[in-house]
Amino acid sequence: MGLLTKKDAALIKDPLFDNNPITIQVLGICSALAITAELEAAIVMSISVLFVLGIGNVVISLMRNIIPSKIRIIVQLVVVAALVIIVDLVLKAFAYELSKTLSVFVGLIITNCIIMGRFEAFALANGPWRSFLDGIGNSLGYGIILIIVGFFRELLGSGTLLGIQVLGDSIEKTGVYAYGYENNGFMLLAPMALIVVGIIIWVQRSRNTVLIEDH
Amino acid sequence: MEKRTDKNLYTILFAIGMVIIVGSLLAFASAGLKERIEENKRIEKQLNILYAMGVNENEGSSMSFVSKDIVADEFSKYITKQLVIQGDNVTENTNAYLINIKKEQSAAKDDSYKRQLPLFIGEKDGETFYIAPIRGKGLWDAIWGFVAMDDKMVVQGVFFDHKGETAGLGSNINQRFFMDDFIGEHLLSNGAFKGIKVAKGNADPKNLDKTDNEVDALAGATITGDGVSAMVKSELKLYLPYFKNLKK
Repeated sequence: MGLLTKKDAALIKDPLFDNNPITIQVLGICSALAITAELEAAIVMSISVLFVLGIGNVVISLMRNIIPSKIRIIVQLVVVAALVIIVDLVLKAFAYELSKTLSVFVGLIITNCIIMGRFEAFALANGPWRSFLDGIGNSLGYGIILIIVGFFRELLGSGTLLGIQVLGDSIEKTGVYAYGYENNGFMLLAPMALIVVGIIIWVQRSRNTVLIEDH
Repeated sequence: MEKRTDKNLYTILFAIGMVIIVGSLLAFASAGLKERIEENKRIEKQLNILYAMGVNENEGSSMSFVSKDIVADEFSKYITKQLVIQGDNVTENTNAYLINIKKEQSAAKDDSYKRQLPLFIGEKDGETFYIAPIRGKGLWDAIWGFVAMDDKMVVQGVFFDHKGETAGLGSNINQRFFMDDFIGEHLLSNGAFKGIKVAKGNADPKNLDKTDNEVDALAGATITGDGVSAMVKSELKLYLPYFKNLKK
């Protein structure tokens, strides 16, 4: 990467794999369970988090020397809540259809622990440019897991991807359903998201044994 | 030495300053954009009412409303009458679609208040549609919709929406595969009002039986589905006297 120094590039690359916010840092699990029943919702949430975390990290980083340490968590919460609400209001006024799709995620974004986690762990101690990269890296890492989980849950649970029937029609019995295949409704429920995340964690750690914590 | 930012006075002043700045920022944004947002909501209501009576641009299994640019014309073309039913009084009101159902519902908790029930009468291809707005509770937040019926309270089309149901589960109440199931369903059973139940494990997943007062539920969205059943039942029941009068 010509534009970034090696250290800066690591800020984007590490959270994608070896320091993934969901599978390694175990942040943002709640939203990974809540909104991955459909691929589309997972993608929308990933993009929203990308915006909020990228901008939020910069704002917190710029404020890092004036934030009183005693109330820093509240300050972080106010910053992210204000950001999200303003974006939501602007969308409601100028892109109403889009805001209808996103409004479900507004509450989820404010309380997403990845955002608070990165503010607290990174933006409070680093400059704006590095914080921005860290925000982008972590939200991409978060997005990858969300999209993988959403892909499998929608495919196996509903037999669709992005709402398109890829396996045939389950009621008319066409495609693979003609051979007796059935959708697994259990995939749509939250516990299966946890199991899919678990499988990703298992695969990741068996490929890279350095990641296994020894207790 | 204690850092400047650790002092109590600084902390308090910072908190006050932050509240003033963020508060006024949000207030300005909200007040400045209010008009546009209200206008969007008004257009959305017209789109939803028209959608319920079948004035939409659905093709195949895709779902789309009529274009925003023509909605005002289409609305006045298809919606021939807007009524407000209040007890035994039925009055015409061209802004009946703007009545706030939520406010009416909470005002009606007081027994002395007679709730204003809006009803929109639409004409399309020689058929008459009676469209009623409904509102209820889902799992997380409000759910609402519009139900178009014929004069025998047989559903001709519905539109449902929600504020914050779980994405991919309860949020699917605004999808066609769920809403289309209601078309043709009877609200009455042997002349008595029964509603339409969003039923789990019913033996009719293709929904061929239109008089069983049931549609197939959504997997993983039991509470949202129950909310839809409850909303359809309690809200549309209020219109029963009007439909009985219609027959006379």
